[in-house]
Amino acid sequence: MAEVALRNVVKRFDNVEAVRSINLDIPDNEFVVLVGPSGCGKSTTLRMIAGLEELTSGDIFIGGEIVNDLPPKDRDIAMVFQNYALYPHMSVFENMSFGLKLRKFAKAEIKKRVDNAARILDITELLDRKPKALSGGQRQRVAMGRAIVRNPKVFLFDEPLSNLDAKLRVQMRTEIKRVHQLVKTTTVYVTHDQIEAMTLADRVVVMNGGLIEQIATPQDLYHHPKTRFVAGFIGSPAMNFIRCHVEQNGVGLRARLSDRISLPIPQAQTSRFQGLTGKELIFGLRPEHITEPRRTDCDQDCQFDTALDVVEPMGMETMVYFTIDGQEICSRVDPGSAKGPGESMRLHADMDRMHLIDPQSGAVL
Amino acid sequence: MSTAALGARVSQGFSLRSSLSRNRRWALITSYVFLVIFAIFFLIPPYYMIVTAFKSDAEVARMATNPWIIADGITLDQFRILLTQTDFLVFFKNTIVVTLCTVAITMVVSVFAAFSLGRMKFWGSSILATGIFLTYLVPDTLLFIPLFQIVKAVGLLNSYWGMVLVYPTLTVPFCTWIMIGYFQSIPKELDEAALIDGAGHLQMLTKIFIPVALPGIIAAMIFAFTVSWAAFVYPMTFLYSADQQVLTVGTVTSLIRGDVYKWGMLMAGALMAAAPPLVIYAFLMDYYIAGLTAGATKG
Repeated sequence: MAEVALRNVVKRFDNVEAVRSINLDIPDNEFVVLVGPSGCGKSTTLRMIAGLEELTSGDIFIGGEIVNDLPPKDRDIAMVFQNYALYPHMSVFENMSFGLKLRKFAKAEIKKRVDNAARILDITELLDRKPKALSGGQRQRVAMGRAIVRNPKVFLFDEPLSNLDAKLRVQMRTEIKRVHQLVKTTTVYVTHDQIEAMTLADRVVVMNGGLIEQIATPQDLYHHPKTRFVAGFIGSPAMNFIRCHVEQNGVGLRARLSDRISLPIPQAQTSRFQGLTGKELIFGLRPEHITEPRRTDCDQDCQFDTALDVVEPMGMETMVYFTIDGQEICSRVDPGSAKGPGESMRLHADMDRMHLIDPQSGAVL
Repeated sequence: MSTAALGARVSQGFSLRSSLSRNRRWALITSYVFLVIFAIFFLIPPYYMIVTAFKSDAEVARMATNPWIIADGITLDQFRILLTQTDFLVFFKNTIVVTLCTVAITMVVSVFAAFSLGRMKFWGSSILATGIFLTYLVPDTLLFIPLFQIVKAVGLLNSYWGMVLVYPTLTVPFCTWIMIGYFQSIPKELDEAALIDGAGHLQMLTKIFIPVALPGIIAAMIFAFTVSWAAFVYPMTFLYSADQQVLTVGTVTSLIRGDVYKWGMLMAGALMAAAPPLVIYAFLMDYYIAGLTAGATKG
């Protein structure tokens, strides 16, 4: 068990700066997920923690000790790879015990640890099989078992579920969470899937272009994104972004989205946005916060009529798409209230959940 | 859709399928014709060798009989004389010693070279890998003159141990090249997993790479075996006494005296010399093909 810390960590490949001076503190036992689009530097960061990539500059601490120059085997970490990286010529038992054998553990201890990990992962009956005789999900469990038996200070996961089909991915996600609750160990998990990040993490680190955009709990990240990138990356379907102007309306403020649609900014936030009157901003609101009017006491001022372009029934909800001033907007409505394409529908914007974003800096104001 | 239109679509589907199967049938027939011609062409020399080996000297010399069949009955005389009255067994033993040593040396050198060139990226590694392959392109008919000086300098002229020294110049480059390709086709996560598990480079090689790359290693072994078993130019140049000779040159020099060819014994000797490679190929052919084609496609 150990905490992990990154201090001004930089990684440069020739002229490309993959990681640009990041700082991160991961307390003991925390499950941290690094998430971001391809090429954001998340895997490089993980590989630097593992010791598989050298740092260009900065320091990495594991358990309070600088590990910059330590080889992977001396960092006391275990890693689960995207393509499992099981040794194909070894049985499941041999795969799981390989690291322990190299560390000269006694046979009885090896057997005890492997049996224990196999029981946790429910793979006891697979111990004699070769990897080629296992399904994708079983292979991933074995890869996790190989990490668990070592009882390392830190678990590192590099997109471990990307090779699995959608259904199995959901199952394994739950499995990983269950295993982490059983085997309390500091965990760094890399994924490009924001749902995986939100469901697994104690805290999520959103990366973009080699920088950390925001570090927060999943709920905090969802409700209080700090940048337009985070607001757009977290949540599916993505947050709607609409050009707007803030207008003075007596003592209150309104966000004008088009000639036809202007929505009231909640009174509690008026003082915060007072100085922005007349400026061109970006109005952000998630699809789930634009719905059919659900209560009779809904503020009529927050409602507007629009013609639907596309309607996508999803079963428990229906996505409807329309445009405001040429910008496509998605809204998540109750299937019973959804109208057909081309028809007009009255929608309600939950303005308490709205965000105003500076288009230049991308910062949520 | 009307019934007539549906019928037209269905018949169009049938005609497309039948034209496909006709194409496939013609492709198969053409393939078989050429394969049979190819097989006959390449099987004629071994067939001739086999029938001649089981004939008596008198039948071989008689021009009147059909050379493609055994007219006077099968005889093992050629084999008996070859094994009892010539140095054939000495040649055989020498060849086995030279081949086993060559294969062993080749495998040790090639596996280490291929692992370092294929997996451990270092400055100049790709140029070195290409350089190794280029040395394979220099024919032994050019190399034997400088090699003669070397073999003489180390005192191994007219000794089959000299062959153990020079054969690897033919086998190491190609075997290294085969195995570089094989090692490179192994996912890099496998060595990263081994590094994290605590393996050093030597352990990674012996416990992970050699077992995983076994088909490639066997392919390389078969190649090294074939080359050293069948080498002709080097023993012809460096060996001149019968007790040091190997099969290829020994059989020819002892059974051809001036213009007198002992055809029966030559063919019997060739047949016995061909037996070990045949047996090895028969058992390990699948490994050989898998090894040579590894990395050609994504697995």
